[in-house]
Amino acid sequence: MKLAYYPGCTLKTQAKNFEDSAIASFEKLGIELEELKRWNCCGTVYSLTSDDLMHHLAPIRNLIRVKEEGKSKVVTFCSMCYNTLKRSAIRIKNNDEDREKINNFMDREEVKYEGDIEVLHGLEVLKNEVGFDKITKIVGEVHEPPILNGLKIAPYYGCLLLRPDEIGIDDPENPSILEDFIYAIGAEPIDFPYKNECCGAYQTVNEVNIVVDKAYNIINNAQRMGANIIITSCPLCEFNLDKRQKDIKKKYPNFKEIPVVYFTQALAVALGLDPKTYRFDLNYISPQAVLVK
Amino acid sequence: MFRGMKFELESKIKNKFVQKVEELSGENLSACYQCGKCSAGCPSAPFMDILPNQVIRLIQLGMKKELMNSKTIWICASCFTCSVRCPKGVDLAKIMEALRQIQLRQNIDYGKPLNLSKEKIGELPQIALVSNFRKFTA
Ligand code: SF4
Ligand code: SF4
Repeated sequence: MKLAYYPGCTLKTQAKNFEDSAIASFEKLGIELEELKRWNCCGTVYSLTSDDLMHHLAPIRNLIRVKEEGKSKVVTFCSMCYNTLKRSAIRIKNNDEDREKINNFMDREEVKYEGDIEVLHGLEVLKNEVGFDKITKIVGEVHEPPILNGLKIAPYYGCLLLRPDEIGIDDPENPSILEDFIYAIGAEPIDFPYKNECCGAYQTVNEVNIVVDKAYNIINNAQRMGANIIITSCPLCEFNLDKRQKDIKKKYPNFKEIPVVYFTQALAVALGLDPKTYRFDLNYISPQAVLVK
Repeated sequence: MFRGMKFELESKIKNKFVQKVEELSGENLSACYQCGKCSAGCPSAPFMDILPNQVIRLIQLGMKKELMNSKTIWICASCFTCSVRCPKGVDLAKIMEALRQIQLRQNIDYGKPLNLSKEKIGELPQIALVSNFRKFTA
């Protein structure tokens, strides 16, 4: 099965470990991710004001690219891209006046946007198109017991996969898709109350202190509940939880470091793929010792 | 007579501000019954000078200056926790955005986000930079 794939900017650079592990794992699971021939930055945040149609142009242009390639669905892995593309898609689909205005503005586009592209997150594809049962089966065939058997993983959802309700891939308060994913790859999820608490997001640019405190609380909570490692699906969460551990350590000297990886990196390990696809060199705290025995 | 006029004028200005926030956010400010659930769950509340529920109250009272000078509207990280929890369906994240936009649309940036050092730009992922600029620059 082939699926149109929208990488977004960060998966091409700092989060290349997310992209490489995603493409390789999906291939092993029978899904070929076909990167859009043309795409642009989605804008990273969904425009929240009622009148600011201009900022919906970037996400909608990407959906036009999907249409141009004759597809009706597009998959993305970054939680921020997912949230922005999906919310814009819903707004433009449900609002005739906005749709007309935005199409009139993009009069040089050859294809009109009719609100007809479905935006999916990679986790939804794993759950609904591949099926967690099938993943369990393949992971069991690769190694018996599964490579990640006994590993305690903290599922960190963050905000933008779950909120607001209209785009959430699961229950915003009590999600379980990442836990189900963790079981499927043969590891054990830990339950921790900070799993959907905000890491401070873009405040990391000018309010490092706030992010340090938030990330410290999240990580500390996961560790107290017994986690060996944390998984995420957002490059901004990854930066705040992984790379900011350097700053956490400065403020809280007793802090103990813990690796943070993309869910696709854990998947690639569980599937026994070539270690080149893990790209652990891009993780700040090396996951090597914890993930690969 | 003058005092009466002043009051009338003031309330007109206040109404314009309330109207603007309602228009930009698309939210009904009078729906809020001040239960405080938004503030109880807000992960940024410890860093704010005005709590999220107080923000709504201050808008209702037309206290534009206090809100525009507050740190709160810039500390809010648009995490949407309040939006999914409000029992009255008020999307407070949109109200925070409306307040930020009222300042940004006067072409006033928040802080100096564009004055970043080269090292910082090299270290931060693109999504951090782009989202920060989207939220804090005009
Ligand atoms: S949760 Fe809703 S009703 Fe309660 S104070 Fe906040 S905005 Fe008002
Ligand atoms: S969106 Fe803003 S106000 Fe609402 S909970 Fe998150 S940080 Fe607090």
